Amino acid sequence: MNIGIIVFPGSNCDRDCAHVISEVMGQKAHLIWHQDTSLKGMDALILPGGFSYGDYLRTGSIARFSPIMEAVIDFAGRGGLVLGICNGFQILLEAGLLSGAMLRNKNLSFICEDIYVRVVNSDTPFTTQCQSGQVLKLPIAHADGNYYTDPLTLSTLQANAQIVFRYCDKNGNPIISSNPNGSIDNIAGIRNAQGNVLGLMPHPERCAEVILSNQDGRLIFESMLSSIIGKTLLPV
Amino acid sequence: MTEDTKTLPPTNISPELIKQHGLSEEEYQQIVTHLGREPNLTELGIFSVMWSEHCSYKSSRVHLKRFPTDGPQVVQGPGENAGAVDIGNGLAAVFKMESHNHPSFIEPFQGAATGVGGILRDIFTMGARPIALLDSLRFGELDTAQNRHLLKGVVSGISWYGNCIGVPTVGGEITFNDIYSKNPLVNVFCLGIVKKDRLLRGLAKGTGNQVLYIGAKTGRDGIHGATMASDSFDDASEKKRPNVQVGDPFLEKLLLEACLEFLEQDLLVGIQDMGAAGLTSSACEMASRSGTGIELDVAKVPRREPNMTPYEVLLSESQERMLLVAQPGKEDAVLAVCRKWGIDAAVVGKVTDDGLLRIREGDQVVAEIPAPAIADEAPRYERPSAPPQYQEILQALNLDALPDVKDPADALLQLLASPTIASKQWVFRQFDHMVGTNTVVSPGSDAAVVRIKGTNKALAMTTDGNSRYCLLNPYMGGGLAVAEAARNLVCSGAKPLGATDCLNFGNPERSDIMWQFIMAVEGIADACRAFEIPIVSGNVSLYNETNGLSIYPTPILGMVGLIEREDDITTQWFKQHGDAILLLGETREDIGGTEYLKVMHSREQGMPPWLDLEREQALQQCVLTLIQNGWVQTAHDCSEGGLLITLAECCITHPTTQFGAQITLSQERLRLDALLFGESPSRVLVSVKQEHLGQVQRYIQDLNRDVPMSLLGRVTDTEHMDVTVNASKNQTVYHMKLSLSDLTAQWQNSLSQQIGAELSP
Repeated sequence: MNIGIIVFPGSNCDRDCAHVISEVMGQKAHLIWHQDTSLKGMDALILPGGFSYGDYLRTGSIARFSPIMEAVIDFAGRGGLVLGICNGFQILLEAGLLSGAMLRNKNLSFICEDIYVRVVNSDTPFTTQCQSGQVLKLPIAHADGNYYTDPLTLSTLQANAQIVFRYCDKNGNPIISSNPNGSIDNIAGIRNAQGNVLGLMPHPERCAEVILSNQDGRLIFESMLSSIIGKTLLPV
Repeated sequence: MTEDTKTLPPTNISPELIKQHGLSEEEYQQIVTHLGREPNLTELGIFSVMWSEHCSYKSSRVHLKRFPTDGPQVVQGPGENAGAVDIGNGLAAVFKMESHNHPSFIEPFQGAATGVGGILRDIFTMGARPIALLDSLRFGELDTAQNRHLLKGVVSGISWYGNCIGVPTVGGEITFNDIYSKNPLVNVFCLGIVKKDRLLRGLAKGTGNQVLYIGAKTGRDGIHGATMASDSFDDASEKKRPNVQVGDPFLEKLLLEACLEFLEQDLLVGIQDMGAAGLTSSACEMASRSGTGIELDVAKVPRREPNMTPYEVLLSESQERMLLVAQPGKEDAVLAVCRKWGIDAAVVGKVTDDGLLRIREGDQVVAEIPAPAIADEAPRYERPSAPPQYQEILQALNLDALPDVKDPADALLQLLASPTIASKQWVFRQFDHMVGTNTVVSPGSDAAVVRIKGTNKALAMTTDGNSRYCLLNPYMGGGLAVAEAARNLVCSGAKPLGATDCLNFGNPERSDIMWQFIMAVEGIADACRAFEIPIVSGNVSLYNETNGLSIYPTPILGMVGLIEREDDITTQWFKQHGDAILLLGETREDIGGTEYLKVMHSREQGMPPWLDLEREQALQQCVLTLIQNGWVQTAHDCSEGGLLITLAECCITHPTTQFGAQITLSQERLRLDALLFGESPSRVLVSVKQEHLGQVQRYIQDLNRDVPMSLLGRVTDTEHMDVTVNASKNQTVYHMKLSLSDLTAQWQNSLSQQIGAELSP
């Protein structure tokens, strides 16, 4: 399978994602420069973490104007799988592929540590290999992961099962003290209404190998790859 | 002299001007000799920064020759942007450590951030992709608002820059002492990986080759930053804030990727970071190293603001800039890579064969100096040195007058809460320590460990240096820093390959400071020679002095070791209930200079622990072999806080779980405080599976060289650390049983409480 990883100026998890796709999952990883305009031949896309455009102005706000984003929006519109991790999630919000916005972490600091998330919805192309309610240990590394949306949108997300991951304690309870950044409803990751676009703050690519003492992130890549099989995109 | 020099602007150099430029009258006369005439203002400025202590090492260079710098593994020794050692598989590890002390005191956020930026450039100019950063930090105690402000500012500056550029900060150390209140230390270490045969160097070869400037536009920031870093502080230092540079990590990330693309496409003859003294120093160093000259036109330098004089352009320390020499015919390819990454680039000059640094502004020559005169022929001083009179008072510690510890459990808890020993999670949580997906051992063990993708190997890295030991005995302190760094690597399963150093000292014009410097350098050199660890790079930071008060002598060692197989990676925390706990090495009456003495008796006095280089080496070889034989579950260096702190750390520092311990110690003739909290070096606490215990004991007994070994007890699944001290057989003189949760509470929260920050959201 061909997985496109979009490289914006300032992306810094692009090579980490490519490593997991090629060396761990055994698929073809294509680093796609943000000024390209074609995604021909890609089976799925990853918008990686990092500091696109230095996070200047607002996270993801400049990257969404990159030439490749038109193709990304078109790809998503035709049902292609798009995974946005951390800064990638922030870009998807700015591009309007997902709803909501990011605020600064509640403690105003960058936070890098392992946290727990509960798989709230295992019926998405990115979570098929997880059990509903399963607890994953994943690392976060961000200063702006405090997801926010208005009450109406939040109730829509809840009603449509668009909330995919919630911060929780070790035992799966989504309590306030287990929320590292103050996000509304302990949201760690959401999908779009169609279900083919996922954004999450934690970094699954950082925990997909034995040597890193944690393989929970692998489930997300395995789910994504198994969902691609047999999937055809809508015509242009 | 060329015809052009006739158009050099007239000179009008007054004694005041010379003094303002930090040059002595004798140094000025040397300049006149080098030039064969009076310099003009631009030339004076160039000499001023290039002959500053910071750039020229004029007080230290004669002594640094003592360091061993060779070895079969050395790919690049001192003198380049960074050093490099062979790690097999056709790869080299490129590393260096640098200080950014002065700017970090004046403006902690930008000072620390640009410290990170500067050391990163040193690594990727060598063609290496940086994969790890470590920070060695020193602050005053956290009971003053200013010290808390400095710590917070430095940590957020490092966090901002390192996180954004996407190089993980994987380790380092922080200690606290009021001597650093007005002179905090920020030493940043960086390591990168490059294919051995693709190492780039700072060369300007090939007459006629074009010289290109790439990166940030030049502004008026940081002018005379290097001169500032070569002076001591007083109460007016606040005014020097405009001398501190301002960083842009996003631009540096673009610069990093562009430079690695130059390497991939093989476009360059040489490349040099514009660090201290900016354009001037990079041009001189490249020309001087290559025996060539460089001609630059400052009019072609991209600028941030109008009306800058040649003086300002040449001395600006604007960050994120590089000077490079392209291979003939490949200039356009270089410019194309820069366009791709959106980086400013301009051809600003060419390589010449006359050995001169010639600066033009359009048609007019504004400066012309022989390149070696500024780069290599700076004055060198063998400054007077003598031990201070107070040294004997410092070293005198009458143990008979010092009461032995009454309540060791209380002392243990207080030591665990001492910010020097307490958990640094508040700090490391703000650093991305995982990006790159190589970090196998995160901050919090003896050394950080990163894997090398595509191999079965890993690298261990550490920074170490106990300035109190150095104050009390600089020679011993230097050696102890080397020993501890090497021991930390060995405890992680690595064989030390090479070292870098930051030598942070006070005012070298004082004979006592110079004595400290020389003795510490000798101590480091002797230890490195004994352990066969070459020093391949480093820097010197002098004038760490405010209002006449100098810091403790603080040499910091950054050391890198190779772990041959991933299976050998070893950490400091206990792994399994029932494992045997062994102490390798001997505990002696080493109370002088300890953290215990400072925390419990408010004294920083005595002789530091005695280091026997042969014993240390025997111990390290033994531990490494035990690890490589697969017999060791846990290995932890015994250092600050002594045996009980080491044991407590083994119990409670596991990232996800904790284990209890039950041990029995034999007091023999030792004081109780020395036994429990003394800091005798050459000791390592290990845990081994019961099934391996016999093999381990036999192995050590059969060694040719003596490695003392005592079986202390075992790892338990209880919630307690249980310690018994026997005077002789079965006669218990002391017993403590402390709950792990009490130990954890002291250790875990102390730092964040003192800063007034909350750990949870």
